[in-house]
Amino acid sequence: MSSSVAVTDQVFDAEAAVARRRWVVARVAIYGLLTLFALIYIAPLIVVILNSFRDLPEINHNGLIAWPQSFSLDYWVQAWDSYCVGGTCAGVKGNFFNSLEMTIPATIISTALGAINGYILSKWKFRGSDILFGCILLGVFVPGQLSLMPWAFLLGKIHLTNSVYGLILIHCVQGLSFTTLFCRNFYVNIPDDLIKAARIDGAGFWRIFWKVIVPISPPILIVTVIWQFTGIWNEFLFGVIFTSGQQQPITAALVALGTGGLSVHAYNVASAAVLIGAIPPLLVYFLGGKYFVRGLTQGAIK
Amino acid sequence: MSSLTIRELHKSYGAVEVLKGINLEAATGEFIALVGPSGCGKSTLLAMIAGLEATLKGEIYIGDRLVNSVAPKDRDIAMVFQSYALYPTMTVRENMLFGMEARGVPRDERDAAIERVSKLLQITELLKRKPGQLSGGQRQRVAMGRALVRDPALFLFDEPLSNLDAKLRVEMRTEIKKLHNRIGKTTIYVTHDQVEAMTLASRIAVMHQGSVQQFADPDTVYNRPANMFVAGFMGSPSMNFISAEVVADKGQPAVTFPVSRDRMATLALANGVASRAKPGRVMLGIRPEHLSRAVPGTSRPGTATMSAPVEVVEPTGAETMAVLRVGESEIVGRFTPDEAPKMGEDMPLAVDMTRACLFDPTTTQLI
Repeated sequence: MSSSVAVTDQVFDAEAAVARRRWVVARVAIYGLLTLFALIYIAPLIVVILNSFRDLPEINHNGLIAWPQSFSLDYWVQAWDSYCVGGTCAGVKGNFFNSLEMTIPATIISTALGAINGYILSKWKFRGSDILFGCILLGVFVPGQLSLMPWAFLLGKIHLTNSVYGLILIHCVQGLSFTTLFCRNFYVNIPDDLIKAARIDGAGFWRIFWKVIVPISPPILIVTVIWQFTGIWNEFLFGVIFTSGQQQPITAALVALGTGGLSVHAYNVASAAVLIGAIPPLLVYFLGGKYFVRGLTQGAIK
Repeated sequence: MSSLTIRELHKSYGAVEVLKGINLEAATGEFIALVGPSGCGKSTLLAMIAGLEATLKGEIYIGDRLVNSVAPKDRDIAMVFQSYALYPTMTVRENMLFGMEARGVPRDERDAAIERVSKLLQITELLKRKPGQLSGGQRQRVAMGRALVRDPALFLFDEPLSNLDAKLRVEMRTEIKKLHNRIGKTTIYVTHDQVEAMTLASRIAVMHQGSVQQFADPDTVYNRPANMFVAGFMGSPSMNFISAEVVADKGQPAVTFPVSRDRMATLALANGVASRAKPGRVMLGIRPEHLSRAVPGTSRPGTATMSAPVEVVEPTGAETMAVLRVGESEIVGRFTPDEAPKMGEDMPLAVDMTRACLFDPTTTQLI
């Protein structure tokens, strides 16, 4: 067998050579195209990063898209600490912390509630539980704008307008549909026998949840946390409408910064502020991204 | 004293009635097998005994306590699942501890129980592993171990061997039998495999379409099946049924049926059956192993002879199966390799009529 292979190796095979050349050409074309599109996608980010280090006269002179002639970290410091947004000159740091104060509790609460909902809707089904799940699922398809008026009404009634707590409440409720959907679909694939075995073993609702369900859940909990964290952090409609000034999350503040009444547009400071606003979700994605893909593609536990 | 009593148990899912008045009882230390084809209700019955399905009509007693509305954890039972249902994130030790922790068993008792059971099942060296690192047979042992540490009044097994390959299944079957002999706990064992039921059980409940067809010891179930369903389900290859007529042959009751267009076979009935048979149509039931090659000139008491053409011969080594044509139907015979027929042969058969069963063709009940 091996000798015959050796013989054919030495013979020049014209057809194989053509196929080989065609394969190389195809690879070059594919990777060339992919690289081109990758560059197009990353270009805006590069422009913003470069502008955050250039001084304003240079930007005004050479245009937004140009190689930096100057370099300074001042604009990052200004954006963080001292730049005037909406009449207050303290940078975006307050808004950044507002966003953290809003995003972290809202992510934790909505994920926890979604996990419990999913656990009940998959493992403790009751009469009408499937219909209830259908209703919760509707929330996935209803656009946020539709609930603006009801929220305005409710926040007014319970005195949570212009407050981070109001936004936490909104994001917990608005996020529940997604977190419930994610967790329920994950838990449905966990064999029912596990629950039955635990019930016979003497465990109740919460003991089964904490000791059996939660330990199997990291893949889906990571997905849900990333989804909720990036979604809530980047959300801006509710922030802009229900908060103002020092209470605004960073996304809303960035808009105020961009549309401020100042005649001179500080592109460099604005760029730095935008990048500051983008860091936390990027960080979360870099830390958990591989689990995100794994969690979404992983079906059942065998 | 009986440790499980079930009276007139019913279960319906919507309009579908899956259990239609089940009556069963298990004496202390007994090994009861619930056997039947899939969809017969045996797993539902087990789930109701465990308390995993609600009991709305009928009564279930464990010991002398009515448990209809008692939660699974308070029924003093342990269960082994078909899928083993081991907690995937816990080690073997933690799997076995889980139930005892939930019940607040003191630490030294827990450790003693784990040591006792892991020695018994020879899983001591697996205690630190997780279920994912175990083979099928090892998982099976651990699942049994988890049930055993609790020392319950009643063991429930739900098709515990059906996920194992054939060789391991036979090994584990023997292990379960040994284990039961050693600890002597009352056991209810659901299976669709009639061989498992025959080898393990002290009594077998054969179920079909939501009711118990027969509840008796293995010997009775096999040799005196209550009806044609039980006769056909228990045994492999299954019992042969031949539509026949009871007649008086030289003053002796006999069954007669056509073998081919121009030939009839007449088999004299053995004493026990003869007294119960009335003239008219019957179904004659003969197990494959009760057919053998007839040797001319010899005749054993209780044996009748006939002959039938051979259509297929299937040697399996230890024995040879042959399909023979009798009238409209085919019958299977199980022969030793020495007496095995050849293809196309018109084989002289000796039928052991002392073991033959007669069934009423309309009610399918044993006569």
